[in-house]
Amino acid sequence: MANYEAVIGLEVHAQLLTRGKIFCSAPVHNDGEPNTSVGSVSAGLPGSLPVLNRHAVELAVRAGFACRCAINPVSRFARKNYFYPDLPKGYQISQFDEPICGEGWLDIASDEAGTQIRRVRIQRIHIEEDAGQLFHVASSTLVNLNRAGTPLIEIVGHPDLRSALEAKNYLKVLHSLLVHTGVTDGNLEQGNFRCDANVSIRKVGDTKLHTRTEIKNVNSFRFVELAIEFEIARQIAVVESGGKVIQETRGWDAAASKTFSMRTKEDADDYRYFPDPDLPPVVLSPDWIERIRSEVPELPDEKKRRLQSDMGLSDSEAKLLLEHRDWHVYIDELCTHDIGAKLAASWVISDLVGELNHLSKTFAENPFSASRMAELLKLLQGKKVSRRQAKELLIWWMKHPDASIVEHVKNENLVQVDDAGALEGWVDTIIREHPERVAEFLSGKDKLFAFLMGQVMKLSQGKANPEKISAALKKKLEALRP
Amino acid sequence: MDYLHFSRCREALEKRSVSSVELTRQSLDRACASQTKYNPYMAILEKRALSSAAQADARRKAGDRAPLLGVPVAVKDLILVEGEKCTASSKILENFVAPYSATAVDRLEAAGAVIVSKTALDEFGMGSSNENSAFGVVRNPLDPSRAPGGSSGGSAAALAAGDVSLALGTDTGGSVRQPAAFCGITGLKPTYGRVSRYGLMAFASSLDQIGPMARDAEGCAALLEAIAGFDIHDGTSAQAQRSSYLQELISSRSLDSLKGLRVGVPQELDGISLEPAVAGELAALRAHLESRGALVTTVSLPHFPLALPTYYVICTSEASSNLSRYNGIHTGRGASGPEELSIEGLYSHARGEGFGEEVRLRVLLGTYALSAGYYDAYYKRAAQVRRLIYRDFAQAYKGVDVILTPTAPESAFELGSRTSDPLKMYASDLCTLPASLAGVPAISFPTNFTKPKLPVGMQLMAPWFAESKLLQVVDTLQRQGIGGVV
Repeated sequence: MANYEAVIGLEVHAQLLTRGKIFCSAPVHNDGEPNTSVGSVSAGLPGSLPVLNRHAVELAVRAGFACRCAINPVSRFARKNYFYPDLPKGYQISQFDEPICGEGWLDIASDEAGTQIRRVRIQRIHIEEDAGQLFHVASSTLVNLNRAGTPLIEIVGHPDLRSALEAKNYLKVLHSLLVHTGVTDGNLEQGNFRCDANVSIRKVGDTKLHTRTEIKNVNSFRFVELAIEFEIARQIAVVESGGKVIQETRGWDAAASKTFSMRTKEDADDYRYFPDPDLPPVVLSPDWIERIRSEVPELPDEKKRRLQSDMGLSDSEAKLLLEHRDWHVYIDELCTHDIGAKLAASWVISDLVGELNHLSKTFAENPFSASRMAELLKLLQGKKVSRRQAKELLIWWMKHPDASIVEHVKNENLVQVDDAGALEGWVDTIIREHPERVAEFLSGKDKLFAFLMGQVMKLSQGKANPEKISAALKKKLEALRP
Repeated sequence: MDYLHFSRCREALEKRSVSSVELTRQSLDRACASQTKYNPYMAILEKRALSSAAQADARRKAGDRAPLLGVPVAVKDLILVEGEKCTASSKILENFVAPYSATAVDRLEAAGAVIVSKTALDEFGMGSSNENSAFGVVRNPLDPSRAPGGSSGGSAAALAAGDVSLALGTDTGGSVRQPAAFCGITGLKPTYGRVSRYGLMAFASSLDQIGPMARDAEGCAALLEAIAGFDIHDGTSAQAQRSSYLQELISSRSLDSLKGLRVGVPQELDGISLEPAVAGELAALRAHLESRGALVTTVSLPHFPLALPTYYVICTSEASSNLSRYNGIHTGRGASGPEELSIEGLYSHARGEGFGEEVRLRVLLGTYALSAGYYDAYYKRAAQVRRLIYRDFAQAYKGVDVILTPTAPESAFELGSRTSDPLKMYASDLCTLPASLAGVPAISFPTNFTKPKLPVGMQLMAPWFAESKLLQVVDTLQRQGIGGVV
């Protein structure tokens, strides 16, 4: 089976975060009482006319920038004609041959570790209206038009993905981009971010595209991965047993964990697209496009790269920080109190979060404001206490959050000792008390250096400056070599 | 005294020699009498009209002097009036009650006009004779054996019968102008985008315009002034400043609007066979204009002959989509039919029963023209030719102020004489289609130089948004007694 590869392209629908619907003033209220948020346009009343919500255009262009798409200065709406009870006008207003955004790309990880990167090309982004929803009860069908006319963008990817994992990663990256830039709320449960997956297989080395199937409306990252994995295996089995994959639309049955045939393309509709005469072309001026570009927040991967270099974070630390906006805000606040960015970041990500976790507290339950935490970090930054002392101070402080940490350090005389005389005295004592260990060290057991260091620290009650201890200990031990 | 002639009716109301309630009662009585003779109405709105009239009288007492205050107006039954049925003369909408008013209707009522009736039409505006209606044909009050024209035949007939001073029609390919010509009245199709289409049931969205109809240009000016202007509810509504059409018309009377007027007559008219009475009136009008100092020349609109096929591809394509919403479930008759029908079956059943023959024909033609594999050859090609027609007009207006043609190649034809031959019926719109496709304003007005047996209409077309020019020229002619209107 290893000699097959999958060719996958995703079409993602994201609901735009506008207050009103795309072509009328009715508010977007998907989860309200059925049919309570329906304007004359979304109800398809005779005589009603669509008028474009400019905010939807703005968000679509913002999505374009997030996906590095070309922005088309002129785009047009078209009608997609078909009869269905959730579509009161008998046509969906969409964009066809003149979409708002053209070619773009996203970088995604193609393995679990995130070390292999694949660039996935985006073909286009277009704006369209959502349809209503149908509920089948007993012998009848009910229509809820709350969702009708809700603004969507469809992001159409090229068939550049080669595995179910890549598809999942692509979806995750796209989701975080669009949520991060405020284009969509990305709510998966409500179907505000959902995708159709086009899947085909071919022998490795083959460059042709083969007959594909389309899995409709999958709205979870995990299900996309599972559905595509199932579909790839199914298609391989079909081909291996001498059959042919037929072009069809398939659904995902989450309970049974498999895809199933919904309809074959033979009975596909002819949508009779034509330019919607009710809507003038969308013409965007260069100034307007530039303004939207300037308002797009820094993209997550650019930000991650910046965090890694500015804060000296590892890839995984930077990722953690991107996922936790509140940590980031806290670190920025620490920096305004003259704490270095690198120290602040490593302190928050490993020490503070670690200690909160240990106490089963959330970050929001952190008892220390940034300005108070900065008092402790200043001691560490000024080498008044060692890292280990600082950590111990934090543990103590968590139990006495109302206390002043500066007072505590003073009262307990916890300040780090870097007086050469005192340090040398401690080192001499330890060398004298552990002659066997010293001998073993000198005979080549390098690991014992750490033991001896520990003993000195213990003797100093943790107050010794570890750098200086290390230097002094090394010097004295070397002097003992024959 | 003929209170239902707009300028006289306005004068009488202003002098308080008649109240709006009295005038409205008279209008309602005449409408009832006409209904039995000519069938021009889908509904006579007695209650609404009398209540509006009483309010208008109160406003006048309070010092309001709006031109349309208290004036009876008829509205084509393709335009929504809140709380009243709006049928489009179609069985599929026979019980549809409008939940809101069209912008044009809101503006009319705000101006104090009294809406007295909803007038009959060819179903959804598709026709040229008012014979394509689910609720019976409309007869021409000037000769009840003949058609009033269409599709705004009910509005034209209501005016010709003297039931109202003013009426709203709608024009997609000539539906205001051709019935105006057949019924001997004046009708204007404004520039596309001049009047909001919000609340007008769409037939062909890129062509539809609501237009004023009246006995004369002055009435049209007053009505246009009330309804024109940008509307936030219509994305195709024009931002261009609207004029004070009535005021401009009245102040232009001190000038001679015919002297030096450059009038172009398209040479392509040679290819159209005109009824002798029509040809005679055209020649006489041309001579009259020249005698009054106008400069009449021949212009060329090379794609004029392609207007008819272009129009029928575009209007049927748009209609096939616009009429999809009438599925028998959301509006109209409700889902009905044999129990075992699938959803497609229900739609087919409701639409097959609910739409008349001409509507079904046009929906099928349009569906075909938009289908995969045919789109490029039909819809796309038609859209390209339409641009050429637009350019023809832009070119012609570099040399002339207005373009003159007859409104229709003929006068009112006998009822039933065209119904079996759609192409012959469509030919009635040959002269009106080009202005629709180009989006320019065009007016039809009656002339009677040769004393024809039936009314004959002449058409003047002006550049985009130059409605005032058309109204002023026709007003001048009418004040010279042309068309028997003084």
